[in-house]
Amino acid sequence: MRMNRRSFLQLATLAGGGMALRLYHLPALDAQEKLPELTPQAFVHIAPDGTTTIMARASESGQGMRNMLPMLIAEEFDVDWKSVRVQQADLDESRYGRQFSGGSMNTPLGWDPMRRVGAAARQLLIATAAERWNLPASACTTAHGRVLHKASGRSASYGELATDAASRKAPALDSVALKDPGEYRIIGHSTQGVDIPAITTGKPLFGIDVQLPGMLYASIQKAPVFAGTVKSANLDEIRRMPGIRHVFVIEGTIRPSAFTPWEPGMEPGIAIVADTWWQAQTARSQLKVDWDLGPAASQSSEGFRQRAKELLAQPPGNTVRAYGNVESSLHAAAKVVQATYEYPFIAHMTMEAQGATAHWKDGRMEMWSTSTQPENGRELVAQTLGIDKSVITTHMIRSGGSFGRRLQNDYLVEAAWIAKRVDAPVKLLWSREDDISHDGLRPGGTMGLTGGLDAQGRLTHWRQHFITFGENHHLASGGGIGADSYPAGFVPAYAMYTSAQPLMLRTGALRAPGDNAYCWVAQSFLDEMAFASGRDPLEFQLELLGNQRVPWTVGQPDAVGDHEPTGPSVLVPERFKGVLQLVAEKSGWATRKKQPGRGMGIAAWFCHLGYFAEVADVSVDKDNNVTVHNVWAAGDIGSQIINPRAAENMVQGGIMDGMSALGQEITLANGRIEQSNFHNHPILRMRQTPKIEVFWNRTHYAPTGLGEPSLPPVLPAVTNAIFAATGRRVRTLPLQRSGFNWA
Amino acid sequence: MLFKLKVNQRIETVDVSPDTPLLWVLRDVLHLVGTKYGCGMGVCGACTVHLGDQAIRSCSIPVSALGDQPITTIEGLAEAERHPVQLAWESLDVPQCGYCQAGQIMSATALLHHTPHPTVEDIDAAMSGNLCRCGTYTRIREAIQHAAGLGHAAAAHKTAHGA
Repeated sequence: MRMNRRSFLQLATLAGGGMALRLYHLPALDAQEKLPELTPQAFVHIAPDGTTTIMARASESGQGMRNMLPMLIAEEFDVDWKSVRVQQADLDESRYGRQFSGGSMNTPLGWDPMRRVGAAARQLLIATAAERWNLPASACTTAHGRVLHKASGRSASYGELATDAASRKAPALDSVALKDPGEYRIIGHSTQGVDIPAITTGKPLFGIDVQLPGMLYASIQKAPVFAGTVKSANLDEIRRMPGIRHVFVIEGTIRPSAFTPWEPGMEPGIAIVADTWWQAQTARSQLKVDWDLGPAASQSSEGFRQRAKELLAQPPGNTVRAYGNVESSLHAAAKVVQATYEYPFIAHMTMEAQGATAHWKDGRMEMWSTSTQPENGRELVAQTLGIDKSVITTHMIRSGGSFGRRLQNDYLVEAAWIAKRVDAPVKLLWSREDDISHDGLRPGGTMGLTGGLDAQGRLTHWRQHFITFGENHHLASGGGIGADSYPAGFVPAYAMYTSAQPLMLRTGALRAPGDNAYCWVAQSFLDEMAFASGRDPLEFQLELLGNQRVPWTVGQPDAVGDHEPTGPSVLVPERFKGVLQLVAEKSGWATRKKQPGRGMGIAAWFCHLGYFAEVADVSVDKDNNVTVHNVWAAGDIGSQIINPRAAENMVQGGIMDGMSALGQEITLANGRIEQSNFHNHPILRMRQTPKIEVFWNRTHYAPTGLGEPSLPPVLPAVTNAIFAATGRRVRTLPLQRSGFNWA
Repeated sequence: MLFKLKVNQRIETVDVSPDTPLLWVLRDVLHLVGTKYGCGMGVCGACTVHLGDQAIRSCSIPVSALGDQPITTIEGLAEAERHPVQLAWESLDVPQCGYCQAGQIMSATALLHHTPHPTVEDIDAAMSGNLCRCGTYTRIREAIQHAAGLGHAAAAHKTAHGA
């Protein structure tokens, strides 16, 4: 169970193509740091009364990690779930292994080691009892938190054995036997979210709820333009306002370069520290700042659109993958279809805005962090403040949503930076407006597509030119595409190219990064090609998946898709077909009614090791208002649905999230983000929620994660349904830019 | 400036500027942090509390505009036992991240107080001011229906409103 750099990278590639490596760049890994073997003692603590405390190692932002990972341990430990107490671990990767939540990777990364930790803990207790009873361990068994010797009728509770067991050497994790899945009593059975009673009664639980004696509150005013710096400000006046304790100018380390890497550094601004947050905000509203806005002030959405148009007309900058001589053979196709797809920048909009609490005292930094990449956060704080990592303690606090936002640690670094200058604990909170205008945005993109059909209406050619952001081959975080992006490999002649234009903005992963846009483009264009061939889109896609796959070919060495996917990150056509066929059956696809103003659309995708197919049933009224009535979802995430009720909730949420994305966009004018709150970057509301039915296609593959893969297919399922209802193709998002609105 | 408030059956005196929104009095002065900040402009519902028996957005009402009506927050929703709405939320495992759910529960309890047997349309109308970024609306809708049934069966259940 050693998780060294190499094995982590192998696992990282499992997340669905080599792209994951760029999305989840972990500086700590570059140091070739080795982590020790996991021990059951680190994760399982037993009180004399038999209460079992299981440490949850991953951060919780609503994906159910505080249940899922401890359930795996509890199952193999053979205790009743009702006797288990779950405790969030602090950050300590030398003890717990990777404490990273992203890319739907906690299930595939935790499935084997967490069960083995539980099994090793059980084996320790059996060995303790066997020694006490002078029996061979093989004669003993366990049930409901007790070790049993059936022949003699002897038994001992785990609580009675715990003290002796704790000092024994744990068995090697790869030596322990695991249960037969037929014996599972916890895995596959719904458990209530461990924090739910605290949520329903309003107990302090989230990052924003952290309270410490003598704590001060901080707010930061940043420039309206990315990386703008402070020339001068009325700081003395602000310092005299009620409740104000400190005002600091943050010079910042971020540079307004045309390409911003994963963690571009601290943004400049003015930090205001007060007795209450409202006082800090009130003082902030009186700030008069002369900003040096810098070069980013010239950016605009219109400029990006113009440049994308120019780049689309030019030879591509980079080849991600090309085979089958698309360029020279396309003219031989019986039918050629061309289309340009465009999707916008969008923001994360976690319900809890970004923030963190930090306390600098006696040369030590204590942080209360909602990061989903907490070790990276600790590393960045150490680098930015020039302190040693070893003086930093990180408590991992539940967050009000991440959706990829909390993979970035900018707010944590800011809180620590302020705390180091203040003789008190400090809670930094961003306003909603800060949260949008300083988000690590999902980058927008433009795709030029050309498809070819043969005389029998089969898809023969696929040429895709992706206009993204970056410099040369360095693409903005969240703006790269893999050489295995479907339908690569399944079309006889294929080419994927990229060209990049400069960008001076922070970008990053948003739930189902990359896939949340690429699925929409690919599955929309496949629907167009099916229509052009006069065939049913389901039948057309099943035929495509039946094609002999073209072997992997590497593009340019520095293209994003330069790592050949292996193991479960290789798309299995039978699994893709399996979810398509299941959703078709459940939705009544074959017998759907075709009527003006109402239609059904189908789409499927494979990402983050999971397969989902979705059908949307949509009506469009005479004023082009769109209502989604029903969504059917079929998923294949392997052999087990670990926590079924939570899993269904997660899928329904992914579908709502994907539908919301159809109506959102972030635009820029004079370098300024024009959206400011939920009213102009909307999230769908209850009255817009369709009936959503979720079905599982169980397969023999190891279980994989669920945070992301249910999201992507709903976007094209809805827009393909709009086409079925109206004959009008949505090629530009948000829907408003294609002439539609949500009802 | 001193303001006297009745919060969760207790009289509290707070010294804040008159424009301070109720939300920040609750959170940062009275340390009742169950009520959440979401948008600061009354469009997301995360800060919903009851003023009298009405659901209001505490981020958008300054402390000086409250008058003398009692305030109920998520912490004060039920006295000894849980409110049927809280129980329904728990038994249906409604929350994902959970951040918006205090506001959802406060809107749902106000709805059921005025409309004990709501239709789906009533529920959608009353709840569409509360955003859930995780998209748990399907469960919220089910939980309200469930609670309406529970409330009927346990008519004697005592809440902060005596409803």
